[in-house]
Amino acid sequence: MQIHPILAALRRHKAGTLLIALQIALTLAIVCNALFIIHQRLAHISEPTGVDEPNLFVIENLWGEQYSTEEAAAKVQQDLATLRQLAGVADATQSNSYPLRGGGWDNFITMKPDQISPTTDSSIYLGDEHFLRTLGVKLIAGRDFHADEVQNMGLRQNFVPPVTIVSKALADKLYPNGDALGKPFYSMSDKPTTIIGIVDRLHRSDVSTWSVPFANESLVWPVRDAQPWGVFYIVRARPGQLDAAMREAPKALYAENRMRMISPKDGVQSFAQIRHLAFESDRGMAVLMSIICLVLLAITGAGIVGLTSFWVGQRRRQIGVRRALGATHRDILHYFLTENLLISLAGIAMGIFLAFGLNLWLVKQFSSQLLPLVYVLGGVVLLILLGQGAVFAPALRASRVSPVEATRPA
Amino acid sequence: MFAYYLQLGVRSLKRNPVLTALMVMAIGFGVAASMITYSVFRAVSGNPIPDKSSQLFVPQIDNWGPQQNEKGEPSGALSYIDAMAVMRAHQATRQTLLYPVMLSALPHDVNSIPVSINGYAVTGDFFSMFEVPFLYGNGWNANDDDRRAADVVLTEEFNQRMFGGANSVGREITLSGHDYRIVGVAKHWDPSPRFYAVWSDSAFQDPPDFYVLLNRMLDLKTDSSGRNSCRGNLTFTGWDEWLQSNCVWLMPWVELDTANDVARYHRFLEGYAADQQHVGRFAWPPNVRLRDVMAWLDQMNVVPPESRISMVVALCFFVICLVNTIGLLLAKFMRRAGEIGVRRALGATRREIYSQYLIEAAAVGLAGGGLGLLLTSIGMSGVGLLFNADIARLAHLDVSLVGLTLVVAILATVAAAFYPAWRAAQVQPAWQLKSN
Repeated sequence: MQIHPILAALRRHKAGTLLIALQIALTLAIVCNALFIIHQRLAHISEPTGVDEPNLFVIENLWGEQYSTEEAAAKVQQDLATLRQLAGVADATQSNSYPLRGGGWDNFITMKPDQISPTTDSSIYLGDEHFLRTLGVKLIAGRDFHADEVQNMGLRQNFVPPVTIVSKALADKLYPNGDALGKPFYSMSDKPTTIIGIVDRLHRSDVSTWSVPFANESLVWPVRDAQPWGVFYIVRARPGQLDAAMREAPKALYAENRMRMISPKDGVQSFAQIRHLAFESDRGMAVLMSIICLVLLAITGAGIVGLTSFWVGQRRRQIGVRRALGATHRDILHYFLTENLLISLAGIAMGIFLAFGLNLWLVKQFSSQLLPLVYVLGGVVLLILLGQGAVFAPALRASRVSPVEATRPA
Repeated sequence: MFAYYLQLGVRSLKRNPVLTALMVMAIGFGVAASMITYSVFRAVSGNPIPDKSSQLFVPQIDNWGPQQNEKGEPSGALSYIDAMAVMRAHQATRQTLLYPVMLSALPHDVNSIPVSINGYAVTGDFFSMFEVPFLYGNGWNANDDDRRAADVVLTEEFNQRMFGGANSVGREITLSGHDYRIVGVAKHWDPSPRFYAVWSDSAFQDPPDFYVLLNRMLDLKTDSSGRNSCRGNLTFTGWDEWLQSNCVWLMPWVELDTANDVARYHRFLEGYAADQQHVGRFAWPPNVRLRDVMAWLDQMNVVPPESRISMVVALCFFVICLVNTIGLLLAKFMRRAGEIGVRRALGATRREIYSQYLIEAAAVGLAGGGLGLLLTSIGMSGVGLLFNADIARLAHLDVSLVGLTLVVAILATVAAAFYPAWRAAQVQPAWQLKSN
């Protein structure tokens, strides 16, 4: 196939050629960035938490009266006993937070008591001797808490317990050689705490972008949350009894003591609901970007069909002449396919610059990640296929132009 | 002539229904995507208090120092020590200090099940400086602050739930086991974004239920239900020690009416920080800020990145749709070169051809705007799928958005038609007549 005559013909359609190339360039820029955003958001949405999600639910229990630390601790103990007696409940624990809550308590972590710039940042969970078992997190080294280690923490009572269970991610960050068990660290205090257990995975309570460098870094302290305002109960239902347990639990708690506030709207949430809520905006972004990508590709494809059809209509006479001079159907078909390929390549060359330009802006404004080359390559392949697919029908029509057209006036 | 050209335009659009449909769809989708994302952006980036936003300022004082502050920026709230010092100095026309609190209320009688209510612990100037409208009664004044009175202002919504909307001023209400005197009922007032508490709370959430006297809350050791941020080794073991710590949680606001006042207040903050350095509390030179409402919202990154990114992507999408439309209009207009030649030969000027084709494009724009409006209204009901529920509920289709959709669609299409129409007007009559 000779490229020279195609280029010569395109020179006579500068505007149309430029418009198609521009459209392909812009489409490429948007599509590969959108695909990258979709991929990132979907990866975020499907982050594992390390807990037994299908059987867990959380009750936000706010106290209706102000309790002292001792009173609150006693009430929590009583509530947990009530919850554990329910038929559908396997186990229950209390905490200040839970994975994917979207915010919570986090502390700086240091290796020395007087270290100014922190080694890392960890989510803090307060838990009792039922915490690991209830959440279903896997202890991979060391031991669980004993009941007699659990202390009460009331209003602004800041203390660091002597023992801590940490997630593997935190253990590896603090002791990269894998010998964290039994070792100390500091958590915004001049008193050390010792790692007595390591769990395989325990997601942080927040899902924010700032904590990405500290992903999955969390710790559990043997502390009963006895704050005057309330506490979270994390309950593990027996398999298949989640719905029943979620209905029974607040009823049983109210029957025991009505001076509490469990919001009828979102006071009791299954982990599926928690996950849904935590990644609401990520899912929205993924959906929006997918819709824009699809419509964009459709419109660009349709635009190419429209303009090429117009060109075919304009050139019927020339096509007839070429056919009369011996060009086959195949030659004409190839002519239009090649023409489109050339325009697409020009557009793609521009588009690659635009794609990285847009990505740089996103990196600068929103500290998103650099666009991996594979997305650009994917976009290039997608747009070449789209262009060739879109041009195929008009090209086929062109190839069917009869040689007799050459004799007719245009 | 306009009506005639419009008629011609509509007739021509009917002649190539596929091409026309393609253009209308491109414009429709492009404008709808832009409008949906814009409506959300408009809702989250708006000025929540337009007539006073340049007179209200957040004083910031760095009490963490260069090694522990947020990349050189002082934190967005004050510690108890600094907050109290700033309030005592009283260097502004009006000033307030606030933090979010959660309390319980018994909606019917002492035997009912309590409900949790959310509000703010504030000082008296809050109501006048933020221009909170009142349905009944009023806020309290600085004397009441000093008396540490058990005063509360209910919001219209909460008053409706508790008292069926009746004038409850002067009545007592029990919140979390303590009695308060209702001094006012505020009319619905929910600036969005909630500029005054963005450091602590989400900027977009349900309206508060009450405002209660800050000193009273402190006396009752009612903890903040929002953010608390500390640095270094924490040594406090209870409420009173916590108050003396470097933890920041109190949100201050001052009203300064003139540039002079602003400069003076800035000097006051620097002086205060210098004094703290002098007495050894701060081991660093003064690092203070004084931002007005819009600068503050910007600093707090109130507009979610999702909203900005999606609007930019939608606008790029619209641009591509327009490029597409230029190409299709060009094809459509040039296909009628013969027709143009005849008209030109019969005496039509270039200008007339030009305006005829622009009007035809405007007709496409109008149709595209109509489709865009339809798609926007469908999209608006689905905004909840794309953005957080708290943000999605703020976006709505109003008259200005409808108007904007149509105007943008028509103007954009006409702009897209400049080049194709110019090409049409350049058609040489002789060439066209000859070949026919």
